[in-house]
Amino acid sequence: MLSFILKRIGLLIPTFIGITIVAFGFVRVLPGDPVLLMAGERGLTDERYNMLLKQFGYDRPIWQQYFDYLGGILSGDFGHSLVTKKPVLTEFFALFPATVELALCAIIFAIAVGIPAGIVAATRRGSFLDQTIMGTALVGYSMPIFWWGLLLIIVFSGWLGWTPVSGRISLLYFFEPVTGFMLIDSLLSGQKGAFISAASHLILPSIVLATIPLAVIARQTRSAMLEVLGEDYVRTAKAKGLSPRRVVGVHALRNAMIPVITVIGLMVGTLLAGAILTETIFSWPGIGKWMVDSITRRDYPVVQSGLLLIAAVVMIVNLLVDMTYGLINPRIRHD
Amino acid sequence: MKMKTLIVAGFAAAMLASTAQAKTLVYCSEGSPEGFDPALYTSGTTFDASSRSVYSGLVQFKLGTTEVIPDLAESWSVSDDGLEYTFKLRSGVKFQTTDNFTPSRDMNADDVIFSFDRQMNAENPYNSYVEGASWEYFAAMSMPDLIKSIEKVDDMTVKFVLNRAEAPFIANLAMDFASIMSKEYADKLAEGGNKSDLNQAPVGTGPFQLVAYQKDAVIRYKANPDYYAGKQAIDDLVFAITTDNSVRQQKLLAGECHVMPYPNPADVQSLKDNPDITVMEQEGLNVGYLAYNTQVAPFDNAKVRKALNMAINKKAILDVVFQGAGQAAKNPIPPTMWSYDDAIQDDPYDPDAAKAMLEEAGAGGLSMKVWAMPVQRPYNPNARRMAELIQEDFAKIGVTVEIVSYEWGEYLDRSKATDRDGAVLLGWTGDNGDPDNFLAVLLGCDAVGGSNRAQWCNEEFNDLIQKAKAGTQEERAALYMKAQEVFKREAPWATIAHSVVHVPMRNNVKGYVMDPLGGHSFEGVDIEE
Repeated sequence: MLSFILKRIGLLIPTFIGITIVAFGFVRVLPGDPVLLMAGERGLTDERYNMLLKQFGYDRPIWQQYFDYLGGILSGDFGHSLVTKKPVLTEFFALFPATVELALCAIIFAIAVGIPAGIVAATRRGSFLDQTIMGTALVGYSMPIFWWGLLLIIVFSGWLGWTPVSGRISLLYFFEPVTGFMLIDSLLSGQKGAFISAASHLILPSIVLATIPLAVIARQTRSAMLEVLGEDYVRTAKAKGLSPRRVVGVHALRNAMIPVITVIGLMVGTLLAGAILTETIFSWPGIGKWMVDSITRRDYPVVQSGLLLIAAVVMIVNLLVDMTYGLINPRIRHD
Repeated sequence: MKMKTLIVAGFAAAMLASTAQAKTLVYCSEGSPEGFDPALYTSGTTFDASSRSVYSGLVQFKLGTTEVIPDLAESWSVSDDGLEYTFKLRSGVKFQTTDNFTPSRDMNADDVIFSFDRQMNAENPYNSYVEGASWEYFAAMSMPDLIKSIEKVDDMTVKFVLNRAEAPFIANLAMDFASIMSKEYADKLAEGGNKSDLNQAPVGTGPFQLVAYQKDAVIRYKANPDYYAGKQAIDDLVFAITTDNSVRQQKLLAGECHVMPYPNPADVQSLKDNPDITVMEQEGLNVGYLAYNTQVAPFDNAKVRKALNMAINKKAILDVVFQGAGQAAKNPIPPTMWSYDDAIQDDPYDPDAAKAMLEEAGAGGLSMKVWAMPVQRPYNPNARRMAELIQEDFAKIGVTVEIVSYEWGEYLDRSKATDRDGAVLLGWTGDNGDPDNFLAVLLGCDAVGGSNRAQWCNEEFNDLIQKAKAGTQEERAALYMKAQEVFKREAPWATIAHSVVHVPMRNNVKGYVMDPLGGHSFEGVDIEE
């Protein structure tokens, strides 16, 4: 196991360097000059333009800028935002918990609904229920997220008044963040009703962010289950006289979970990408919205370091997912 | 059972009454502030959160107008040559007491000098106190060339000495970058090695003081108990940051906020129809225009430009592009600005006459480019659509239009070239409410090759605006009115529209005044219970 982990970590290093090159290159390939954008219609003199370019270090050869950037990262300096003038790392860690909280709630919701839906569809293959579930999943998978989020807000917050429109917690509650996770912080604050408020603010954004993963998980579970249900050992289990619930829940499900978990692991990237739209609709102060704002402002340091940090998160999560296979299926233990 | 219900109801009412004592106004703001030091930034979002709530300046714009009135300076005088401005400071003004600062003295001349010195003097410890600090507005308003020195006459008197007479200078001092900071606080931060807190934990003399900011989520203020003009009627002010305009509107309707900026133009009518909502409206301090390149034939001929102007159907543009949230422009300055000449007649929309005029000028069957901006701006919500409408209009008089566009930074840069091919859609939002800020910046000879996108240098016009840089407001207004006549006659631009700004709010919000400069200020606002 240990040698497997070390090998995987060893593989991460070249990937990581590759990502620094892509992230650095990507922002510079984008047309648009951060200094010109900052000045806007007002414009600025050539002299001042050159001064600012120099101040930000963009007058130097591109390879030199890259190595400075790489050197900075290795020593833990991810640069400063051109806009807020704050260190990128500080901003990332201030916003990251909000994205993680939302993504976790979304993935829990997607798993809690998607896997049972997939099992039901598989065990009643071809039935009306199966077709309804798979049809709904197809619609969910093709849902335009921005429209879907607004629709939910208008119906559930506007017409019915059941859920808050946006934000992370009612403005009535005010406490300093401790962990950055609103559900935990609201409990720690001891303020009455704070937790309920934080939880109610999570409902709509979680549903919206979970929509696509839910559809994928349901479809993946169905097809994996169908495959497993045709196996000999399932027939044996049935023949032994085990209850259908035990056959499906223990014998089939455990084996069907491997591809589903792989998909869930890959979903982390999708969730972070989906967070961009969901966070924008629900004014959710996370990294998705932060990246969008930074790209439109050509905030080079934030975009290049932000991409790198997000990529690092995805890589680490995928590594963790690979390690969990062994826990679920002893046949793939990494000895 | 009934008794029990009554007791519960009574208890609930008592709870509500006790929580209702603190009056909180919630403003669904459109974005996050970049920081809280207004001199470092140029965006209105940042100013709303900093200079317009936390800080005061030496002078201020009278709320709802562009008139300059005293603020931290009680009075001021200008020397006869227009080179010396002497400000007498208001006594007994206290800086805010916050968690990390308790002022030991009142505001004085040292604070005023510090606030400007840090922007103009590279030796000042606060000149580059955050990574990449650049004093954008200070530079954009040419303050480094303009200010020769700032002198402390005594503790409560400050003198600005200028290099040349410049009447708009006083309006510049009412701008956000000229907010007055506490030198005592800055020194204390420097001692503790926390200089960057000046941009994160602001201490000012304004009506509200910052309590907490959670990035991209919420900003909390409380009324400054020591505000020199008296404590505000509301106790707390909260900015709930909500970037999407449809979502802001839902929050307003659900009562999650009291005031919102920038509604979607298509939704304004339904908001007006809602009995719980009041929609305030005012022309924005801006102008959207199409600038010809007057240095390239055939656009060097005023007759050609005039003919093209007569072919543009502004009404269609207002309906389609502005969806009613706009007003046709006939002058290069907006109607809320002093010296606006309402007597000027706009070019009539008359394609037949336009076609004849164009042929007469020898430019019949012309082919040209129209540049469409890639971004939405208040003065032009959809430049692509506007360009297409102009393309159709011009086709009617036999002019073929090719629409071109570039990435925004590129667009701004390329459109400056004096040999540019084509007419450019662009616009301007005023900074200080002074006509000089439109006419000299956008149409002066000095700005050719820069912000003068028409590359237009007219001697008569330029003399008028140069003369108008000095004198009383009345004298200046007369000169600017003449300049507007020259502008209309020569037609370097097709003036297209001024936006109309809407601010929807809940009916219980009282005392909100719209700012023609585009800011959102909550001084004097109350909530009716």
